[in-house]
Amino acid sequence: MSAILKRETRAYFDSLIGYIFLTAFFAGSGILFGVTSLQYGSTDMSGMYSGLFFILLVLIPILTMRTLSEEKRQKTDQLLLTAPISLTSLVLGKFFAAMIIYSIGVCMTLVYAVVISFFGAVSWLTVVGNVVGLLLLGAAYIAVGMLISSLTENQVIAAIGGFAATLLLYLIGTVAEIIPVQWISKILSELSFATRYNPFTYGVFDFSNVLFFISATVIFIFMTIRVLERRRWS
Amino acid sequence: MIEVRNLVKTYGDKHAVAGISFTANDGEILGFLGPNGAGKSTTMNILTGYLSSTSGEAYINGHDILEDPIAAKKEIGYLPEFPPLYLDMTVREYLCFVYELRGCRLPRNTHLKEICELVKMDNVIDRRINNLSKGYKQRVGLAQALVGNPNVLILDEPTVGLDPKQIIEIRTLIKKLGKNHTVILSSHILSEVQAVCDRIVVINQGKIVADDTADNLSRELTADHKLIARIDGPKDEVIKLVQTIPGVVSIVADMQRERGVWEYNIEAVEGTDIRRELNRRLMSRNWYILGLRSSELSLEDIFLKLTMGESVNEFLADKADDLAEHYEEAEK
Ligand SMILES: Nc1ncnc2c1ncn2[C@@H]1O[C@H](COP(=O)(O)OP(=O)(O)OP(=O)(O)O)[C@@H](O)[C@H]1O
Ligand SMILES: [Mg+2]
Repeated sequence: MSAILKRETRAYFDSLIGYIFLTAFFAGSGILFGVTSLQYGSTDMSGMYSGLFFILLVLIPILTMRTLSEEKRQKTDQLLLTAPISLTSLVLGKFFAAMIIYSIGVCMTLVYAVVISFFGAVSWLTVVGNVVGLLLLGAAYIAVGMLISSLTENQVIAAIGGFAATLLLYLIGTVAEIIPVQWISKILSELSFATRYNPFTYGVFDFSNVLFFISATVIFIFMTIRVLERRRWS
Repeated sequence: MIEVRNLVKTYGDKHAVAGISFTANDGEILGFLGPNGAGKSTTMNILTGYLSSTSGEAYINGHDILEDPIAAKKEIGYLPEFPPLYLDMTVREYLCFVYELRGCRLPRNTHLKEICELVKMDNVIDRRINNLSKGYKQRVGLAQALVGNPNVLILDEPTVGLDPKQIIEIRTLIKKLGKNHTVILSSHILSEVQAVCDRIVVINQGKIVADDTADNLSRELTADHKLIARIDGPKDEVIKLVQTIPGVVSIVADMQRERGVWEYNIEAVEGTDIRRELNRRLMSRNWYILGLRSSELSLEDIFLKLTMGESVNEFLADKADDLAEHYEEAEK
């Protein structure tokens, strides 16, 4: 796994995707920070963190679009899949590489917290809650993006598909509200990424939400592994 | 050692591999010979665990590739049909990655250096793979298969895209590697597998049509009775003369190569050697043979020969007739 993790992390920066992602992340969070906290002179950063939710919808698919589609297209998957490593360590290696880049982005939001701390008291507990929530949300999105990337050889399709999938997971909550059947609506809203994520931005640290994102991540990673395994049999 | 039993791979209702069994022993170079779409790459992809077989078993040094893939894959170095290269890496970075990926224990720098010297690419080690020529990319692919000194080498068309000098170098290298590795290589060139391999497995449409030592197969497949001769002499009379030689089935003038010198395809009854008689008769008329060689069987002929057995001669005679007609028309 470490070989893949290392190569992938490097590849993010060799192929510029890493820089593009981080720049866009920094710019996006900066703008959000400007129009929420700075404009109102508030030390409450939840505006930025809840806004980042939407930015991730676009940015995470960019991060994950190449992970598996490009290997298939360039036929380098033949090297990886015939190497003496398990599919799990292959997928996890790629997952954690994306997580590393993503975490760098998330850590950059701490810069704004530091900026604010010069002007007033920052509720660091809330900030930590936000960062943890953002990491969990990102992990689940990365797993979704990788799943989509494993389904195609075309990175553009992988990016668009990833965007559609993450958007869908977000919209589940909205759909839930318009579905009249109570129990379906209830289940769907339980599954909504937005409903699960928002409490983190208020600084509410609900363990069931943590568990939700971790399980979602595990499930999507597992499905990615299954896709690769199935392709062998097709 | 590689053992394969009854390997089948189907795509929908198409049999890409339809029940292949063979064994490759230690220190043996086994050649897969077959036309496009025969199932060579598919078989190799199954042996290396890239694809799963629909049914059948494959063992690499005793490890079942399906049951115990990681142990089996440790034993294999694989050069796929398209070398799996990361184009944005340098050769050194790439080989280091493969080294780590395969969990090698050998001293890294000396080991990689040895490999680069072996495949003669130590001069490009710090170049980006993207900027290498096709032949050098192929070498990087080969080098990648050698990382970690695996016992078993599976090479899918290793010489494709190389220039003649490189082809000879790589063949020599493979022969050298074959002394202490089990090697399987595929090719659609008969002379290539004849030159390199100890044993040849001929595959057509997913089935094995022959499995024999290279020597035996070569004997069976060479066409001493089919000659290509370059003769200095008047064309029509030469043809008339040669036709009277006992055993000659047909003679067709091919092309005028030099002034007054024509190239002829001469076919005799299988098993007869007409070369001496040909010489004698032409000499008596003061015509000269300027070149004489046996014509190589094309892959198509080989499969016909292997799959059709007796009826082949008839077929070849027909073919010669077709050819003659073709040339007649061409002359008009
Ligand atoms: N993914 C696939 N789906 C459907 N058919 C396939 C697939 N892969 C291979 N085939 C078919 O299986 C057969 C064997 O293909 P394979 O690539 O093994 O041939 P080959 O002997 O390596 O040929 P070549 O000399 O052209 O490399 C071909 O008829 C091919 O069309
Ligand atoms: Mg092939």
